[in-house]
Amino acid sequence: MQPRHDNNGSPSAETGKEQYLTFNLRGELFAIGILSIREIIEYAQLTQVPMMPPYIRGVINLRGSVVPVVDLLARFGQGLTEPKRRTCVVIVEVDGEDGIQQLGVLVDAVNEVLEIPATDVEPPPSFGVHIRNEFIRGMGKIGERFVILLDVARSFAVDELAGLASVAATESETLAA
Amino acid sequence: MDIDQAIPTFLLEARELLEQMEDGLLQIENGEGDGETVNAIFRAAHTIKGSAGIFGFDEVVGFTHTVENVLDRVRGNELAIDRPLAELLLASGDHIGTLLQRVADKAHGHDPVVNAIGHDLLGQLARFTTTSTLPVAAASAAPVAAPAASSGGDSAITGNWHVSLRFSREVLQHGMDPLSFIRYLGSLGDIEGIVTLQDALPPLDALDPEACYLGFEISLKSEASHADIDGAFDFVRDDATIHILPPRSPLQAYADMLTALSPEPASLGEALVRCGTLDAAELERALAPAPATTTALVPVIADDTPALPALIDAAVPAAGGKPPRDSGRAKTLRVDADKLDKLINLVGELVIAGAGANMIAGQLKARRMLEATSTMARLIEEVRDSTLNLRMVQIGETFNRFQRVVRDVARDLGKDIRLVINGAETELDKTMVEKIGDPLMHLVRNAMDHGIEPAELRVARGKPAQGTIRLDARHDSGGVLIEVSDDGNGLNRERILRKAVEKGLVSPQQNLSDEDVYKLIFAPGFSTAEQLSNISGRGVGMDVVKKNIEALHGSIEIDSVEGQGSTMRIRLPLTLAIIDGFLVGVGDASFVIPLDQVVECIELPAAERQSGQRRDYLNQRGQILPYTRLRDALDLPVGKEGRHTDRNLVVVQYGGKRAGLVVDSLHGEIQTVIKPLGRVFSRVQGISGSTILGSGAVALILDVPRLLQQVTDRAAA
Repeated sequence: MQPRHDNNGSPSAETGKEQYLTFNLRGELFAIGILSIREIIEYAQLTQVPMMPPYIRGVINLRGSVVPVVDLLARFGQGLTEPKRRTCVVIVEVDGEDGIQQLGVLVDAVNEVLEIPATDVEPPPSFGVHIRNEFIRGMGKIGERFVILLDVARSFAVDELAGLASVAATESETLAA
Repeated sequence: MDIDQAIPTFLLEARELLEQMEDGLLQIENGEGDGETVNAIFRAAHTIKGSAGIFGFDEVVGFTHTVENVLDRVRGNELAIDRPLAELLLASGDHIGTLLQRVADKAHGHDPVVNAIGHDLLGQLARFTTTSTLPVAAASAAPVAAPAASSGGDSAITGNWHVSLRFSREVLQHGMDPLSFIRYLGSLGDIEGIVTLQDALPPLDALDPEACYLGFEISLKSEASHADIDGAFDFVRDDATIHILPPRSPLQAYADMLTALSPEPASLGEALVRCGTLDAAELERALAPAPATTTALVPVIADDTPALPALIDAAVPAAGGKPPRDSGRAKTLRVDADKLDKLINLVGELVIAGAGANMIAGQLKARRMLEATSTMARLIEEVRDSTLNLRMVQIGETFNRFQRVVRDVARDLGKDIRLVINGAETELDKTMVEKIGDPLMHLVRNAMDHGIEPAELRVARGKPAQGTIRLDARHDSGGVLIEVSDDGNGLNRERILRKAVEKGLVSPQQNLSDEDVYKLIFAPGFSTAEQLSNISGRGVGMDVVKKNIEALHGSIEIDSVEGQGSTMRIRLPLTLAIIDGFLVGVGDASFVIPLDQVVECIELPAAERQSGQRRDYLNQRGQILPYTRLRDALDLPVGKEGRHTDRNLVVVQYGGKRAGLVVDSLHGEIQTVIKPLGRVFSRVQGISGSTILGSGAVALILDVPRLLQQVTDRAAA
């Protein structure tokens, strides 16, 4: 699969439709625009990195590159994802200050790739979703169900992940007392 | 060959030549230069002009030609380089740099500012040239033939006496100090050049400390008579071979002396050139038809040739000519850095793949396979080492840039400061060399501004009026140690502490060691300077310096004695790409400790293994060894019971300190390709990166100094 560097997931101009990968996270249906997805791999060996917040589960070896893995559930403040048989790591690409950064996203199961016309995307409700609103790009309508379309750039902002990651570290960083 | 393709090479080499010119001029200004330095400067200017002519860069040619004319007169001893002239030549070098930059920017037309500067410089230079003819386009006479024209007749040009001394072995035993005679010579006139001959020195084990092995070649500027000078040596006449040649002696006299003193007059003659008595051309003529000729090495570029493609192939390599002191010109090849990086990455992958093959062979217990893979592993290691070596460059080039900085800043500050460089040949990774420049610049400027006191104060303190800044580099326990030191004020503990308390960085009650106090200057916004200057003192900087150095996985520490000076000590790893590591296990996790920081591994005595222990130190052969459990230090989760054996203790060292790390298992040495962890983990302390093991799993590489610093800080809290 060729890396794609367009990761804002905006609907293409000609069709007004965009393809999304849907996946499950503790029974809830989510989707990410496929333009920001590089590949999907099986959840396997993962190396923990000490002193990181719980939503950074660790790092994996992706064909020679070391890629951090984010626990999406923990990122939403809803506890840790328990790895099961269908647990997957979705590799997404996020624009960072140092160029494209690859990130693994831990999900319970991936479903299918769906086409959702822009007209079927509603703004998120002001409450009720239990996720920080800025993480949501919209609510996609699939038949009778709604799927939460994630804003990749905001959900996985590298600086924020690193910045929040620093909270634990800053305490010990203050001058030797 | 397309002529445009050669332009980047021309620019690169021209800039290198400019640097050589600058170095040479600074040396002369400091009184360290000799005839060869002047030759090197001249050749640099000449080569720039020649190559620029081939490309038709008339601006560069025209200006450089005038500079070259002045230099030619210097070379012919018609003109001496004094401070104003050195100043002017340095400025001219800068202007050539500007002109080259215009070429690089493909700037067309005329920039009035550049033109004005050029015009002004040309006007000043004209005072030093008798024939200030500007060449039209790239046509000019080749001044390579200058040596022959520089002096007429058969006598040396020098107006100095030449004194050649060879002391006998016994001179010290007879109670004579050769140095005192040289000092006495100094009272008869000015010793303008002196070369110590050490050829007779035996190896250290055969050296008799009471014997004198040295000889001296001295160029003396004096109005004294032959008898006066000869009289200086009355007391050692029996213990020394003395030759005294009056000014402007026939070249033959020098040649006779050289032949009398040495079986290899040519190499001894070099000493005469170095001490300034003869120039290279004179030596050549004196020794003619001796085979060793210095000038023959000068790269000759035809100046007056139109740009013929065939010539460029010949001329471009010649433009990279080094000073002929390294006569067998080093064979070098310019390679695109990207290609090199790609190779290093591939070698990195190869190392991992090799480790994987080795591991599988081990698991299969296939003995012959194991033999084959270990042979491979050894070869891969060699390939890795040579590949990494390709990126190694000497730090000297970076250091030498500071000569100019020190000179200019010292002038701005009105201080007299000299820069002493040691260990310029120390090699480290090119990336590191590039990135260390800025932090060093900051430290050097700081040392000049805050460190070195005004001359009056220095004299009052009993120090020499001239301040000294030192840049030292050397290899030290698997890394590189760079020191920036000055013999100035030193850090003022009280003042730093007062300021830190003011800023609320520390509380007044805290009892801090000197080291901790000095570290405070790395805090953001910290400055004790009472006056702001445009050099330093704004309190931005030291924190950036520290950050930059840490980004290179290095560390910085400060040593200071108040009133005597301070030393900034920077430790850097040799490379950022690959290290030898030692693999250890804690629970399920694997960690790599850089091998050069591992001293030894011991078994942790059973009595110490309970984590409820009150004390965390061991008596190791009579020395206290503090240790920490890696699990605690990194806050690793407690996994399954029974896997935590805490059996082993790895003794690590860093920056002269030793400590122990308690781990569960030891897996031995591995080669690791460092994979950066990326921005997400940028704030994690104690982990410097990651690597991929043969099994495909990721292991984290420990940053031992920072890890232990963190443990220390925690213990103090």
